Amino acid sequence: MEIKVLKDILSANDQIAQENRQLLDSKGVFTINVMSSPGAGKTSLILETIRRLKGDVKIGVIEGDVSSSIDAETIGKEGVPVIQINTGGECHLEASMTYRALSNLPLQDIELLFIENVGNLICTAEFAIGAHKNLVISSTPEGFDKPLKYPLIFTVADIVLINKIDLLPHVKFDAAAYKKTVKNLNESAEIFEVSCTTGQGIDRWLSWLQNQLRNR
Amino acid sequence: MHELAITQALIGLVKEHAEKVGAKKVGRINVVVGELSGFVGQSVEFYFDQMSAGTIMEDAKLTFKTIPMAGRCRDCGKEFEIKEMDWTCPSCKGKSIELIRGNELFVESIEVD
Repeated sequence: MEIKVLKDILSANDQIAQENRQLLDSKGVFTINVMSSPGAGKTSLILETIRRLKGDVKIGVIEGDVSSSIDAETIGKEGVPVIQINTGGECHLEASMTYRALSNLPLQDIELLFIENVGNLICTAEFAIGAHKNLVISSTPEGFDKPLKYPLIFTVADIVLINKIDLLPHVKFDAAAYKKTVKNLNESAEIFEVSCTTGQGIDRWLSWLQNQLRNR
Repeated sequence: MHELAITQALIGLVKEHAEKVGAKKVGRINVVVGELSGFVGQSVEFYFDQMSAGTIMEDAKLTFKTIPMAGRCRDCGKEFEIKEMDWTCPSCKGKSIELIRGNELFVESIEVD
């Protein structure tokens, strides 16, 4: 006997992601899922954002890594609530892992939550975690062909940052071609150039962020 | 490791639907996979063999139907298959393409006794 199922394999994950979103909404926590390849600058961007918004916005962080708590320790020094998730081999965060981390954060004291996903451009795009916005960071040394090689993640991005823009004179990165490819995949994605080292473009990112917080 | 999580989810979903009809055995699981979904069938089969042992879907055959990537040109509205990651409209050469097929990942049906 054949039974029609017609159900998304990741529907269980999607369901928990929706519950996460409801929890975050009920506590008024605006949440950003930060995705990139390893080393593109997820932690650096979060650190820079915390330093610049300290006192104005109450920030919390969930750190997702395969192993280690290096990132959580670095973020913890800034005096913001942080929870480390070790995925133990999984190459992405899932909604259930995120839920457990949310349960251990003082959500009532957080207005803006960054969830730093595992450094990976493939699977992170497939598993919803319940965030309000997806941020994808590319960095200039990675080369400008990433949106062509890993298109899916760019189709789910709300905002794309090109980090390490200060290295542009030293690396082969055609910013115009990169932006065009991203826009072709995802017309509505915003794209900003930033450098967490020199601070270039960070103001623009922060004003986007504050705008989101005002309009949530 | 991506496929491990997918296989776990797949087994859960099949179990739920098989139990609903009181099935004793699942013989076949028909999965639909979009080309862009980053899904490696061989790897899922590998995990499935290990993880289904001792369950009602032990020895079930997995079949994968691949859905090619397709896009719609935002300039002229043409729908076309995206081949070799060439996101160019064959009609007007436009480059602004909306993905309309290719990121599917679902269980279409199961065959049970």
